[in-house]
Amino acid sequence: MPQHINPNIFNDTVERVPNRNGFGEGLKAAGEVEKNVVALCSDLTESTKVSDFATAFPERYFEMGICEQSMASVASGMAAMGKIPFIASYAMFSPGRNWEQIRTTIAYNGANVKIIGAHAGVSVGPDGATHQAIEDIALMRTIPRMVVIAPCDSNEAKKATMAAATYDGPVYIRLAREKTPVVTTSGSPFTIGKAEIYLERNKDHAKKIGIIASGTILHGAMTAAHALNEQGIGVSVMNLATIKPLDTEAILAFAKDHDALVTVEEHQVAGGMGSAVAEYLSEVYPTRVVRLGVHDRFGQSGTPEELVAYYGMDEKEITKTVHALVD
Amino acid sequence: MRYLNDSEIQNLEIKANSIRESIIEMLIEAGSGHTAGPLGMADIFTLLYFEVLRHNPKDPLWVDRDRLVLSNGHICPVMYAAMAHVGYFPVEELLTLRKFGSRLQGHPHRELLPGLETSSGPLGSGLSQAIGMALAERMENPYSSKYFYCIVGDGELQEGQIWEAALLAGKEQLHNLIVIVDRNGIQIDGYTKDVMPMEPLVEKFESFNFDVQEVDGHNIRSVNDAIGKAQAVYGQPSVIIAHTIPAKGVDVFERDFRWHGNPPGKGPEDRVPKDKQGEVALQRLHSLAGAIIPSDRS
Repeated sequence: MPQHINPNIFNDTVERVPNRNGFGEGLKAAGEVEKNVVALCSDLTESTKVSDFATAFPERYFEMGICEQSMASVASGMAAMGKIPFIASYAMFSPGRNWEQIRTTIAYNGANVKIIGAHAGVSVGPDGATHQAIEDIALMRTIPRMVVIAPCDSNEAKKATMAAATYDGPVYIRLAREKTPVVTTSGSPFTIGKAEIYLERNKDHAKKIGIIASGTILHGAMTAAHALNEQGIGVSVMNLATIKPLDTEAILAFAKDHDALVTVEEHQVAGGMGSAVAEYLSEVYPTRVVRLGVHDRFGQSGTPEELVAYYGMDEKEITKTVHALVD
Repeated sequence: MRYLNDSEIQNLEIKANSIRESIIEMLIEAGSGHTAGPLGMADIFTLLYFEVLRHNPKDPLWVDRDRLVLSNGHICPVMYAAMAHVGYFPVEELLTLRKFGSRLQGHPHRELLPGLETSSGPLGSGLSQAIGMALAERMENPYSSKYFYCIVGDGELQEGQIWEAALLAGKEQLHNLIVIVDRNGIQIDGYTKDVMPMEPLVEKFESFNFDVQEVDGHNIRSVNDAIGKAQAVYGQPSVIIAHTIPAKGVDVFERDFRWHGNPPGKGPEDRVPKDKQGEVALQRLHSLAGAIIPSDRS
């Protein structure tokens, strides 16, 4: 196990925290360091965890009402005057509903705005498909200048938020609703644009598979890989928290060190993180890449576990996919 | 706000006419672009850039400048022309409009041309941006005397985002926000009253807690007075509904919605054949320039 990974991650007693909580802590911490940080929210202040910041800095918090389109452009205007706005809603509404405002008034305009899309992925659960954003990575990574980050847990969400506050330019941070296992520690390294290998394959095994995961679903990849290494297949796991800009150097080295790759994300396989990896490798180092995610379908109501399993992204599906690649 | 004497008004009218001539020359050279809106707003843009705005064309990023946000980006030829005539960049550069490599993009791009406050074109988002600027200013300095002007089209008011923004401006009681609506009654598909009626517009804005004024958008004195009153309003945002004539100044183009998105040479032919449209427009404006004389004021 590499340094700075929660030593408890393979135990049932692993601590579970929604990664949006880490965002809430990070925003408040960023606000303490940088007085120009402001927060805007569209009637979801508590569930997006902007509430920590709103309580600490009421004069820098703006309740926008249910107006996601205007929120994006108001933030652009504030950025033009030197503020560092964070806009928060559910990913389905921001960047889902306000994509054009984000493209034109934030990215094209060169506005230093941070977009927080909470409740992304099918693990939103019982709210159903209308509230499960599984297209947001594709929407955001095609916009020039946009940085796209999907933190794997609350610790990483906190660090990503603080890093976004000091980064000059638009950033999208994708968050989940559910309590998910804490994979990292407060000391784990995080740098925008840098992938980290969280689990090294057992070098004694001849068969070598690399798993690349983004977001809270990373934990399932870790537990699957851990078991597979004990079963005689060498499986590594990379945390690709920053989906754009892509850490091409790390991905190329990872591809060279393995026979095939599996990508896992709570997103449509079209246009997501797995697509980004496959697009890059197909040009420089053609590698077999199996993408786990949602295959051109909408979500539905259910428990997070049921849905992640049904759409084929859970530990069981990852294990099955690795076996199919080596058998 | 400053009282303008007759000779100052006359000078602005002459300047507005020159700006209209530039607009026509730019559009002829570009071979595409919008004619009616820019001509219709020439008087207001002239007043803003030559009289109202606190700004410095030689220092476009001067921090204490007023901000002018053009929300309906498609009328940018009038903004570019006014900016060039007031000294932001050489008037000759106007002829690069819409050409490859030009700073004068078909719809404005903030990063290319110092003095533009935002990139715009997709309708409905400029008002939100002006509000964001005004809010940020108020946070820094509640006694600021900076004003945030936002130009919106009347067709643009059909965008839902405008009313999201209007809710916020009213909620925040943004006295430093002055919105000017170009009420020219046309949009691409036809007359606004047919495409999607917007009346009663005064009542709409009043119900969103705006101070509302209506003016003749070609009467420079009236517009100046209205802006002065809007500046004095406290505790609520202001909107000035400026009634304008689309394509004002070229009588044979005026009031026809088909001039919304076509340049001279590609407009409707009922009144002027295509091959004569550019020449006729410039002749009309040239003769108008000669007609603006002090005796008109006596």
